[in-house]
Amino acid sequence: MIRLRGVLIWLALFAALSWPVAVSATSPLLEWRGPIYIAAGFAGILGLVVMVLQPLLAAGYLPGLPPQRGRRVHRLVGIALVLLIIFHVGGLWITSPPDVIDALTFTSATPFAAWGVIAMWTAFAAAALALSRKKLRLSPRLWRPGHSGLVAITLVCTIVHAVLIEGTMGQVSKILLCALAVLATGRALLDLRAWALLKRRRAI
Amino acid sequence: MTRSTIDRRTLMIGAAAAGAALITGASGLLVPARAQGLAPTPTMRGGSNNYRPGAPIVDRIGGGGFWMTGTVRRAGDGAPLPNTRIQIWAHTTEGHERDPQSHGATLTDANGEFRLEMPQIVPAFGQPHGHLAYDSGAYETVFLRPVMSSASETSLRADFVLQPA
Repeated sequence: MIRLRGVLIWLALFAALSWPVAVSATSPLLEWRGPIYIAAGFAGILGLVVMVLQPLLAAGYLPGLPPQRGRRVHRLVGIALVLLIIFHVGGLWITSPPDVIDALTFTSATPFAAWGVIAMWTAFAAAALALSRKKLRLSPRLWRPGHSGLVAITLVCTIVHAVLIEGTMGQVSKILLCALAVLATGRALLDLRAWALLKRRRAI
Repeated sequence: MTRSTIDRRTLMIGAAAAGAALITGASGLLVPARAQGLAPTPTMRGGSNNYRPGAPIVDRIGGGGFWMTGTVRRAGDGAPLPNTRIQIWAHTTEGHERDPQSHGATLTDANGEFRLEMPQIVPAFGQPHGHLAYDSGAYETVFLRPVMSSASETSLRADFVLQPA
């Protein structure tokens, strides 16, 4: 019975996350794009998909992946997310260098570009914090709200970035994917009480 | 030693001047552009992206089906500028912005109007948009980047007001 429930949860998650990707994969715009541009776009979409999984893994919500194992996968998926962002920006750079340079220097004609660039840097910072946590012996008081805060900023900026873009994603599936990411992240942050250590310090 | 004081007279003069400025400003008498005539069109952000100088003058870019239109006038008096070369490029159904076949140029007619047929513009880098350039030397260079209000539109318009170089 428990196993069946687990299977159903994974199936539902797979369906919810693969639907937006499938919609994008059938977009008519793909016909008029080169392979590198297409790959760059999908790296961005997969990045958003991964942002739904990350909080579920960190909080150990997924069947078969309780917190400790979930965290291990969370770390690997985090590295994958950083690589996806690099592929996304790199592929767009190859497709149209001046547009990406404008975005990175915050002089783009398109308002969504700046949001994407902010999300990129906060995602990199969240990952860097995770990687250097042991080496720098960061206290949980700094590490937990730091990583969570950076992730929250990354999520908000990513959503604004994605929603403002007229691209291969379907409008409905895009908004659904963003809503799932918000729900998953919000629930995980609430359950893990990421800010609790900040609060305790203030109380002293 | 003199002491500067704000007395009643200075206050009254100040208030009168502020009131006068407000009235003239509000009634549209203080619009600098109007005083000097037609203001030149500024280059748009990202307008020159993927520009390839010297695009050939063509009857049509690729297979056509989409129209890029507009006017070219002189700053100040607004006189139409005939025989002026406008370069056009975009991401279309036939190629990326960087591809040479996506670029072409046309000349304005006696009324300063231009009209060039090109392939359908499709959304790229987040917006369905085109690029236009005036870059022929007699006037200051201007790059425009108009955005289509909907990807299903089959024409796009951009107007130039050029400043003598």
